Amino acid sequence: MKYDIVLAGVGGQGILTIAYLLDNLAVRKGLRIKQSEVHGMAQRGGAVYSHMRISDDVIISDLIPDGAADMILSVEPLEVQRYLHLLGPRGVVVSSNQPFINITDYPPEEQVLEALLRLSNALLINAKKIAAASKSPRSQNVAMVGAATPFLPFEAADFVPIIEELFASKGEAVVNSNIQVLENASSIGSFYKELLDGGVANDLAYTLVERIQVGSFAPELADDYAKALAAKPTECKKAISSLDEDVPQERALLDMLKSA
Amino acid sequence: MDKRELLLGDEAVALAALHAGISGAYAYPGTPSTELFEFIERKQEEYGVHALWSANEKVAYEEALGMSYAGKRVIVSMKHVGLNVAADPFMNSGVTGVNGGMVVCVADDPGMHSSQNEQDSRFFAKFCLIPCLEPATQQEAYDMTHRAFELSERFGLPIMLRLVTRLAHSRSDVATLTGRSQNPINKVPRGGQFTLLPSNARVQYERLTRVQTELQAESEKSPCNELVLGSGKSSLGVITSGIAHNYFMEAVGGEPPMPYLQVGQYPIPAAKVRDLVDSVDEILVIEEGYPLIEEALGGLVGVSGKKVRGKLDGSLPRTGELDPAIVAKVMGRQTEQVWKRTIEPLPGRPPALCPGCPHTDTFKALNEAVAGYEQPTITSDIGCYTLGFYPPLNAIETCVDMGASISMASGAAHAGLWPVLCALGDSTFAHSGMTGLLGAAREDVDMTVMILDNGTVAMTGTQKTLATGEELERIVTGLGVDPGHLRVITPLSRHHDENVAIIKEEIEHRGLSVIIARRACIQIKKR
Repeated sequence: MKYDIVLAGVGGQGILTIAYLLDNLAVRKGLRIKQSEVHGMAQRGGAVYSHMRISDDVIISDLIPDGAADMILSVEPLEVQRYLHLLGPRGVVVSSNQPFINITDYPPEEQVLEALLRLSNALLINAKKIAAASKSPRSQNVAMVGAATPFLPFEAADFVPIIEELFASKGEAVVNSNIQVLENASSIGSFYKELLDGGVANDLAYTLVERIQVGSFAPELADDYAKALAAKPTECKKAISSLDEDVPQERALLDMLKSA
Repeated sequence: MDKRELLLGDEAVALAALHAGISGAYAYPGTPSTELFEFIERKQEEYGVHALWSANEKVAYEEALGMSYAGKRVIVSMKHVGLNVAADPFMNSGVTGVNGGMVVCVADDPGMHSSQNEQDSRFFAKFCLIPCLEPATQQEAYDMTHRAFELSERFGLPIMLRLVTRLAHSRSDVATLTGRSQNPINKVPRGGQFTLLPSNARVQYERLTRVQTELQAESEKSPCNELVLGSGKSSLGVITSGIAHNYFMEAVGGEPPMPYLQVGQYPIPAAKVRDLVDSVDEILVIEEGYPLIEEALGGLVGVSGKKVRGKLDGSLPRTGELDPAIVAKVMGRQTEQVWKRTIEPLPGRPPALCPGCPHTDTFKALNEAVAGYEQPTITSDIGCYTLGFYPPLNAIETCVDMGASISMASGAAHAGLWPVLCALGDSTFAHSGMTGLLGAAREDVDMTVMILDNGTVAMTGTQKTLATGEELERIVTGLGVDPGHLRVITPLSRHHDENVAIIKEEIEHRGLSVIIARRACIQIKKR
């Protein structure tokens, strides 16, 4: 088993915390890791990345070779583009949909998100909403780890002791809200993944996931959703777009899509 | 093997140094070396070692040499350009030799992630005539540090350990050994060894040159230099060193089908190189940094009948750092790009000053103050504030080496430029700015020095600074600056107009002025 991840974002967005969670979990699971990171000048609001290699065997290079990464996990949607050359043929992109605009030539926001949806393998995650749902706005990076979990050789529950350790000094409330963020994001990630695996087009899957209330995701129903969406994609997209607020993922929503 | 720990390359060296029984660690922060000292600093009580940041690398090196003089083991660490600052004691410590084991760990920054050049410290080790160890992995970093202390005490020489960014800042699991206790005090007996009067220095230098044969022999049999000739005949042989070895192994899937030599200990193992060269027609040298091995191999006239490839013949890029893709390509094993960008051109995202940074307010005031002058000159220095070069601030025009802002401003003023201002941080001032200011004060040079006192070494992660606040003011006046032209401003937008006026006043004072712009780093305030 080997799993190579490129972590991407902007300095100050908490990439090293993501790396910490993954590193420590991998080691706890008896796996080998190599994880390279950027310190110093680049950390000041610049593009920041980390190469994270997990394996049950010896890892040779600290850097991931071109075309070999299994995942780009990004806390910023534009930053994904910087590392696509590293992604392997079966690789996946899990990115936050929250732009971080600290440059004057940042492209229009919709263009950045659309560009990602044009990649057949990209999941766009509303990390801000997931973190806010647990009243933990600074936990967007933890939300991204959760959303990525369904693709990783780990379970969401595996992260609990690592989160407890990492946030111990900040008190029980912070620990608990981070655990909740990670678990919520993980069910979103796995629902999203099932939709894509079920043949749903990327932008349609994104449109649906965006409209579902955080905390109400039931990945086990994903299969039914995938069938409904695949049957009538245009009608479903229209129906979802007509919703004026987020709705829980329950029977009513599925029925609405089926009858669209 | 005791246990496994998750460590950065820097930290692997630090932990090994603690396990090897150091009594002290000395350093000045500098990417990518900073985390080495920081690791020891966190564990100083547990291991009972001395660990306080030094004022600069030269001071750190000399402090380390003093500890070695007392018979104790010691590590001194710095970034590659830090060794330039420490070059004087470094070069002379080859001549004096050392007493307690002394390891100088230098972290090079090929690719200049956070540096002003990509000089290769292996040349410095060669220049100083001392051995250099160059690990490829975090485990080797740990193991070679132990080896370096042992070699240091056996040969009575400082040993260089060379890291590069990608190893210094990459984490992996490392198997560690049980610690060894510290050396007792065992001072160098009085004599000429450390008193480099010409008569003594000649004796010591003679000794240093004599020991070279032994160092060469040590390299030849070192397990750090691994020659694998294999059985089959091959036209190509490969020489790798340090982290470049990993990229080579990655490219060939861990099983090189050709003979190769991995160099991890210098002087270069000449006999092993000869064995490799004799068995192939063409030699490819893959090394991170300057083409040191390649140059030694080909020299001025090349190797008769053999082709030598590497950075000098253009097979590998001469500048920047290597990576798996570059090495795979030179091995003829590159991969097709699968995923193409869906946004072109992709805007760059250079580093920038943090929102709320005091430097931004200082530069805004500075820019406005000099706006009316025909040809203002603003020299600067190394720190976060160097980012003031970029738009929209465009505030500074030089950054050469630690402390150069003040001395270059003096020179520019001597030449007749006016107005001349310079901007540097409190820690850079303490590192190498004070001596320049002393000279400028003696002749009352017509310039305005701005010390951006944010109370920390911000760029490298907010380490402790040695001169800030009132202490800094006392140093400035103590160096001879007229207290009437030492001004303190608070860089905040609400003080902008007042700050502009003060800067203008001091520009118009036709002599030396110092303005301290004091406000704490936003990274510290956030905590």
